[in-house]
Amino acid sequence: MIITQKKPIEELMAMIGDAKKIAILGCGSCATACATGGEKEIAELSAYLEAHGKKVVATGMADYCCMNLGVKTAVKKLNAAEPDAVVCMSCGDGVQVTANHAKAPVYPSNNTMFLGEAVKFGLFEEACHLCGDCMLGSTGGICPISRCAKSLVNGPCGGQKNGKCEVNPENDCAWILIYKRLETLGMLEKLETRREDKGYEKVSYPRTINIRGNK
Amino acid sequence: MGMLESVLESGKFGITVEMAPPKGYDFSEQMEAAELLKGKVHGVNVTDMQSACLKASSLGLCIKLKEAGLEPIIQVTGRDRSRMAIMGDMLSAAAFGIDTMLALTGDHPTVGDCKASKPVYDLDSVGILHMLSLMEATGNDCGGNELAGGAPKFYKGAAVTPVYEPLFLQINKLRQKVDAGAKYIQTQGIFDLESFKRFMDEVDKANIKTHIMAGIIPLKAAGMAKYMNENVPGIAVPQDMIDRLAAAAAEGKEKGVKGLPAKLGIEMAAEMIAKIKDEGICDGVHVMAIGAEKNVPTILEKAGLA
Repeated sequence: MIITQKKPIEELMAMIGDAKKIAILGCGSCATACATGGEKEIAELSAYLEAHGKKVVATGMADYCCMNLGVKTAVKKLNAAEPDAVVCMSCGDGVQVTANHAKAPVYPSNNTMFLGEAVKFGLFEEACHLCGDCMLGSTGGICPISRCAKSLVNGPCGGQKNGKCEVNPENDCAWILIYKRLETLGMLEKLETRREDKGYEKVSYPRTINIRGNK
Repeated sequence: MGMLESVLESGKFGITVEMAPPKGYDFSEQMEAAELLKGKVHGVNVTDMQSACLKASSLGLCIKLKEAGLEPIIQVTGRDRSRMAIMGDMLSAAAFGIDTMLALTGDHPTVGDCKASKPVYDLDSVGILHMLSLMEATGNDCGGNELAGGAPKFYKGAAVTPVYEPLFLQINKLRQKVDAGAKYIQTQGIFDLESFKRFMDEVDKANIKTHIMAGIIPLKAAGMAKYMNENVPGIAVPQDMIDRLAAAAAEGKEKGVKGLPAKLGIEMAAEMIAKIKDEGICDGVHVMAIGAEKNVPTILEKAGLA
């Protein structure tokens, strides 16, 4: 899931500026789970905007703001209300898809933070850096690329203390977690040899994947 | 062949000292210390923005030291430079006759004094060593392209932290560093010889063949020791050492004499070095005087090494 966090409302209001008629688009997937773009947050933002001299002319919800076709349909309805500005309450991708279809300028209400999981409601942890060459099979299912502050691939640095990271002592050292998991699995031999350096060619962005062939 | 290489590879006791470039562009203090060290050590490690605090680059001071007739060891971290930048610097270093290096992963920018800097970590310590070994073996650069005039050779080193839990992971990474080309290893500062001997036994048990140089940090005060115990991973100063430093401070206060704890720190460091050498615990020492490099000749003299 893409984890988002609300921007300070002052920042959003500064982006909206003098625009009077506002349309809002929420996202039914990740942003709903993050409480940054669900029905409840749309209602709260609408009330705030109305209380601050704006007119909310339309609201909408796309199941996934990252899916082009669904967003196109949702934004068509918003365009019909002729807003001066659209606020998109999704991740950065949803904002871009929305902006491709909206006639008015689109502003993000969220900051896009990371790809991770909801550990429990309201608690999110980063867990994947989209490195394009997954190594979880050799690290006991724990990702050192995203969970080690230095993305180290050959074991921990000297900075861990009591299993915690020197960069942020609240974080567990990913390599201590990996060590413990592999020890439990009886697979410590996976740590013994240097990992073949995978380089960064696969993260040369922007990336496109086409499984459609010529269709 | 560089001096450290010829000393360690011929089975002699190696002595290196650490030096940090200034936070600025006046190198005179470092060059004064260098004059005192000349002929007394087999290498001067020049740090690469230690603790992620901005300093003049390692390469610059290495060149200055080389020109002054010393044997610089260029420290290279993966924190600020990609593999291309590291290799480029190493080629330049070789052009100035620098032939000894030490690879480190590098402290993270967030623990340093320029926190907004982008952490690079294209390669970790193992990756840097492997890249240079591959360069030497193939004559190619990091993209597999041929280097004009062949590849320079470096005597490559790495670091290890003997006080580490779980030790399995340090020993494991040590093996990877040696496999990737590290011929010598400098340790984090050690203060307890018995626990260091146990670490050396583990290295032997793991059948890792390399030259280990014990890290020596001359203590200056009880407060410094306590601070390091709390804040520097891998540092464990025994309580009796802290007590002796505190007693020296109290004695100095009573007699109105300054600098007694630092003097004691010098004595303790010298004693440790002498024991390491006499008992043949490891292959050499690496003295990290943290700004007090001018004291190193005294320490070596007292240890019977000068």
